[in-house]
Amino acid sequence: MKNKKIFENVVHGVFLILGLITVGCVLLITVYLFAAGIPAIREIGLFPFLFGKTWESTSADPSYGILPFILTSIYGTAGAMILGVPIGFLTAVYLSKLAPKRVKAAVGAAVSLLAGIPSVVYGLVGMLVLVPGIRKLFHLADGASLLAAIIVLAVMVLPSIIKVSITALDAVPEEYEYASLALGATPIETYFKVSVPAAKSGIAAAVVLGIGRAIGEAMAVMMVSGNVANMPGLFESVRFLTTAVASEMSYSSGLQRQALFSIALVLFLFIMLINGVLNLLLKGKKEA
Amino acid sequence: MKKMACVLILTVMTAGVLAGCGQKKEGGTVSTDGSTSMEKVIGALGEAFEQDNEGVTFTYNPTGSGTGIQAVSEDRCDIGLSSRSLKDEEKAQGLTETVLAYDGIAVIVNPENPVSDLSLETIAGIYKGEITNWKDAGGENGEIVLIGREAGSGTRDGFESITKTEDACKYRQELTSTGDVITTVAGNPNAIGYASLASVAENVKAVSVNGVAPSEETVKDGSYVVQRPFVLVTKDDKKLSETARKFFDYVTSSDAADTISGAGVVPVK
Repeated sequence: MKNKKIFENVVHGVFLILGLITVGCVLLITVYLFAAGIPAIREIGLFPFLFGKTWESTSADPSYGILPFILTSIYGTAGAMILGVPIGFLTAVYLSKLAPKRVKAAVGAAVSLLAGIPSVVYGLVGMLVLVPGIRKLFHLADGASLLAAIIVLAVMVLPSIIKVSITALDAVPEEYEYASLALGATPIETYFKVSVPAAKSGIAAAVVLGIGRAIGEAMAVMMVSGNVANMPGLFESVRFLTTAVASEMSYSSGLQRQALFSIALVLFLFIMLINGVLNLLLKGKKEA
Repeated sequence: MKKMACVLILTVMTAGVLAGCGQKKEGGTVSTDGSTSMEKVIGALGEAFEQDNEGVTFTYNPTGSGTGIQAVSEDRCDIGLSSRSLKDEEKAQGLTETVLAYDGIAVIVNPENPVSDLSLETIAGIYKGEITNWKDAGGENGEIVLIGREAGSGTRDGFESITKTEDACKYRQELTSTGDVITTVAGNPNAIGYASLASVAENVKAVSVNGVAPSEETVKDGSYVVQRPFVLVTKDDKKLSETARKFFDYVTSSDAADTISGAGVVPVK
């Protein structure tokens, strides 16, 4: 009996420690990012840092304005959502409500596979197919642009949007739909006027999750967007918050490196905001 | 029985984790850290050194010149590798540079591009955005697409300081690796880029500069002007370990010259 109790306690302790590892990592990263990110912002000044329009980190007279990166990240994510949300949402409605079982299984497997493809592969395909394609289609000098990044991101966010939306739509009680059908509504009317509104907080969570995925992506975007610190334009070569950190980190030194940590901090705050919204939406779902 | 199994699994797992820590190799180690451009040459040298000295372990961490310099100053490696000369502020931190070899930087264009010779001034003009069409540089009508490396890259630093275009380049794309630059130039008939001579592949065309084609001979005799040093970085106040010293002496001796030129760069000796 006694042995059993000791064993229980030991296992309990081991699990507790393992659980604390995650919490510890989050805390460590948060504290480190703030500690590493704030000095450069202090030196550059919050306003010139956030709203400065030029980033010339290695020039003789360096300037560290990250407004182009912030706007690019926002535009790029918004663009990816404009393309990805309708496709993802309608796919989810189809798979959850309309598709025959076999189709659902096959498409579901394809979506899971899409989620598992490493981002560098998306980038490579984008670089070799999409970028030259955009160059020829729009008769540009070069195809590496915000548009290429938006298209790659739109494809990358599809799995998160589709999967979470399906879960939300599947969870709608059948009785709601039966009631609607019994009142004479057609199936399509039922799905869009009964099922979707009932699942709306879950679908909203899917969209927010997609936004989080898009804003945090670095590798694929770095390979197709050109990486020049221009103010964003659809056919301009642009740099995202993530790629600004990733592309210069390996060779950086001094204030440049500190400023990169500050960019990471700004990105981190964006992600926290998105997570906050997500938590709020999921909480709303439980109460509803 | 079940709990016995649990305990057993836990023990085995813990033992496995601990076993990883205890291993220690016989013989000394040499750790290097830094420039990704030097991967080929330092890899070949490390391999040759390991073959000549049994039991010695050589490691190379491809992080980038800046990181390598920082690593050696923080004692995280024996020898730092940099594909640019040390800055004054870095020398002031007590670091010393020893030139290992010279690397030619090739200016590359798409094979479809008829241009095969550019003067250094024309290259500078192109990268500063003063010449924007290939017809002004001896080619066909078409907007020039400038491909470069990211800020802080040794190749970019080398290229911009040689062509005197620091902070003035109007890049269309800033890519983070030599391979990306070559792939992009190979995929766009109007692109121009720069890359380590050693890594230039057949799918792009290296143009001659001031009438001199880039090659080992022309880099060595100085007639090909777009070139930069590969530097070993050591710390003044820290004595190298016996093995690291031996490695350092080996790579800077004339014995290593064949290995160095085999890697596509030009040895000092």
